[in-house]
Amino acid sequence: MNLLEITNLSLSIHALKILRDVTLSVAPGEIVAVTGESGSGKSLTALATMQLLPKGAELSGHIMLGDQDLTELTEAQLCEIRGNDVGMVFQEPMTALNPVQTIGAQVAETIRVHHRDVSRQEAEARAAETLARVGLPQDRFPLSRYPHELSGGQRQRVVIAMAIALRPRLLIADEPTTALDVTTQAQILALLKKLAQEDGMGLLMITHDLAVVADMADRIIVMRHGEVVEQGETRSLLQNMRHPYTKMLFEASGHRVSLPEPPPPQPLLEVRNVIRDYRLPRTSLFGHPGHFRAVNDVSFTIQRGERLGLVGESGCGKSTLTRALLGLEQVQGGSITLNGAPVFSGTRPNLDVRRQMQVVFQDPFGSFNPRHRVDRLITEPFHLLHDPPQGADRTRAIDEALTAVGLTHKDASKYIHEFSGGQRQRIAIARALIIRPELILFDEAVSALDVSVRAQILDLLADLCGAYDLTYLFISHDLSVVRTVTDRVLVMKSGEIVEQGQTEDVFERPAHTYTQSLIAAAPVLPQFEQARA
Amino acid sequence: MLRYTIKRLISLFISLAVASIVIFAVIEIAPGDPASFMLGMNAQPETLAALRAELGLDVPKVQRYLTWVGGMLSGDFGTSYTYRTPVMDMISDRLWVSLPLALYALVLSTALAFPAGIYAASRRGQAGDIGVMGATQLGVAVPNFWFAMMLVLIFAINLRWFAAGGFVGWDKGLWAGLHALTLPAIALALPQAAILARVMRSSLLDVLGEDFMRTARAKGLTARQALWRHGLRNALIPVLTIIGLQFSFLLAGSIIIEQVFYLPGLGRLVFQSISARDLIVVESVVMLLVFSVITVNFLVDLAYAAVDPRLRSRT
Repeated sequence: MNLLEITNLSLSIHALKILRDVTLSVAPGEIVAVTGESGSGKSLTALATMQLLPKGAELSGHIMLGDQDLTELTEAQLCEIRGNDVGMVFQEPMTALNPVQTIGAQVAETIRVHHRDVSRQEAEARAAETLARVGLPQDRFPLSRYPHELSGGQRQRVVIAMAIALRPRLLIADEPTTALDVTTQAQILALLKKLAQEDGMGLLMITHDLAVVADMADRIIVMRHGEVVEQGETRSLLQNMRHPYTKMLFEASGHRVSLPEPPPPQPLLEVRNVIRDYRLPRTSLFGHPGHFRAVNDVSFTIQRGERLGLVGESGCGKSTLTRALLGLEQVQGGSITLNGAPVFSGTRPNLDVRRQMQVVFQDPFGSFNPRHRVDRLITEPFHLLHDPPQGADRTRAIDEALTAVGLTHKDASKYIHEFSGGQRQRIAIARALIIRPELILFDEAVSALDVSVRAQILDLLADLCGAYDLTYLFISHDLSVVRTVTDRVLVMKSGEIVEQGQTEDVFERPAHTYTQSLIAAAPVLPQFEQARA
Repeated sequence: MLRYTIKRLISLFISLAVASIVIFAVIEIAPGDPASFMLGMNAQPETLAALRAELGLDVPKVQRYLTWVGGMLSGDFGTSYTYRTPVMDMISDRLWVSLPLALYALVLSTALAFPAGIYAASRRGQAGDIGVMGATQLGVAVPNFWFAMMLVLIFAINLRWFAAGGFVGWDKGLWAGLHALTLPAIALALPQAAILARVMRSSLLDVLGEDFMRTARAKGLTARQALWRHGLRNALIPVLTIIGLQFSFLLAGSIIIEQVFYLPGLGRLVFQSISARDLIVVESVVMLLVFSVITVNFLVDLAYAAVDPRLRSRT
């Protein structure tokens, strides 16, 4: 008998149809992955299984856990099941824990809330055991730690410990590794797999990234617009993708673009021995404040027309370096020059240089003022110019920038909320292009996008490289993306560049052990021989 | 935690020192000199000279400042010009009314606001929430002296449960004192409770939307358990801030209520000494209020750290 059996599950929230006739099952000890893009309903399928849906949700169909139909239980019965029979792990480890309680108290709570007769000491002893099981041994991570004293990966381990403390029959993991670095991601995935095997626990894993689950899931379920479009055993599903959407997802995940040949080398941005220190808070009243060296003796050159990648995990100094390149912060050593002119002069950015650089950020939702129209948003860089184009010239510049990124002049009079995430990122690129900068910085510019949208934006970048001779620095934690849109790549770790070289060489023959571990940890889609239809 | 406390204490002393300098300087730069200001336009030259000597205006400013601060530290606030009594005695008499009244009102307002705010937040959008929010809207809008008059009408004049005003003094016993302060404390507390309840509600609603509340539900906690165990403590920081501000206001800002109930409190003392241009009293009372505000802020800072471990470790 199956552990979890969802049949004909439909869900609407305030008359908006979210799920249509979803049918899926998880057997004991089985790892089932639900994948799809944003809006596919995969997360709400998980929440429906927990019966933790938002207010106004209307549900039909059945969710059988063993012989109990979760849709027919009372709230009190559901509270008995949550945490005891079904555990859940969430996406965002930074916010999933209560910041004002110790990790020990939070893990012990799962036990105490279900077993009132268990004493505090016993619950704490079992919490310590569970934490050790997920890789947080007591000698290094005592129960008295608070969440803010742990890293993202460690916090996710605490969340997992809370979910598995009572050895539930089913564990639901909603994008458990999306917010983590690749090496941490690999460790958390291995942990989840190990726990499922040891306890014979069913694991329902929600993810947008096919590659993450391809070598771990027993079965894959592909969802789109609230419907299951295809499901099957992992290997056979990947070998014979029947639904065009599955094929599209698969292709988009490994999407490659071809860049035009870069022009002969001619230095544009030169970074020499740059050091960036942050002052740490004083530890004593009269002692000298300590320093944290975020960027340590970094040197590299971007050639005109070159597409350079910068990869590294969170906290490696990528963002600090980006701010220094833009002249937003003063460096404590070394020099950064664009065409020979320093990016930072005195106490402020050098505006002559600043107007030759533009940046595209990660978050397509937070990086625009919602009260301005698109024409005003994308002409913001004109403020940097001495004589910005006026009247017909301005209109022409707007049209040209919008057309270049695949939008039309009609979009100029719209507001930002009228656009999807991918379109917003196009607008961000139009804003960067409009003053024809010498250099564009892409700071995790495609990381928040769905795979199919990401593929389109990468195509757009490749096209723009041909049309505008772009020079850019592409900063990302996503190795597969960096591999396809850059000519050369820098690998950064703990504030230092540990390896640099031609992108293909670095990926094929990584020299530094850190690069090797990064590439080994990065999830890749297995390449099966596709069965002919 | 010890390091945090010491740091807050150091900042408390620095604030006090700066405040005393500012207060002293402001009185110094008042037009004319303090003596001619206090006596007004038609002062006799002899009286003026006598007052100057009494105030010690003939010695250098730095020395005068140090004498003033030194005096306050040893409990000597000077002598009131109008009443010819030591300022210390006047203030301490009034403080014995104002401080208990402020504390009483604060306890009442917190006792009203917490349940109301939590109730409203846990029933967001439902009838209970709308009812509580409507009541607090009224509480914020209606001035406290109107509440005071209504309370007098109902409980003093009609029901005769309380006296309409005046203060019996603490020597008649704790109960008699509290009894006399009850109506003014309620009048002061109602608008404060309304504000506090609204802050409590919105702060709690913010917390209820946090990811860790969903985690708590996924562990099997009921909505109510999650709210009490995980929501409340996280929602307290903005509430503590408002409580701190309210206490400072209650201590000195209750002049209208003191008038309505004929209470000999600090607010009336400030009002009377300003009208009488008794700068010595004004200066001392202002310094005292500054001291109490800064002390309350210090206590609020300690309360923050007790609630939130992240503040403790940030040293």
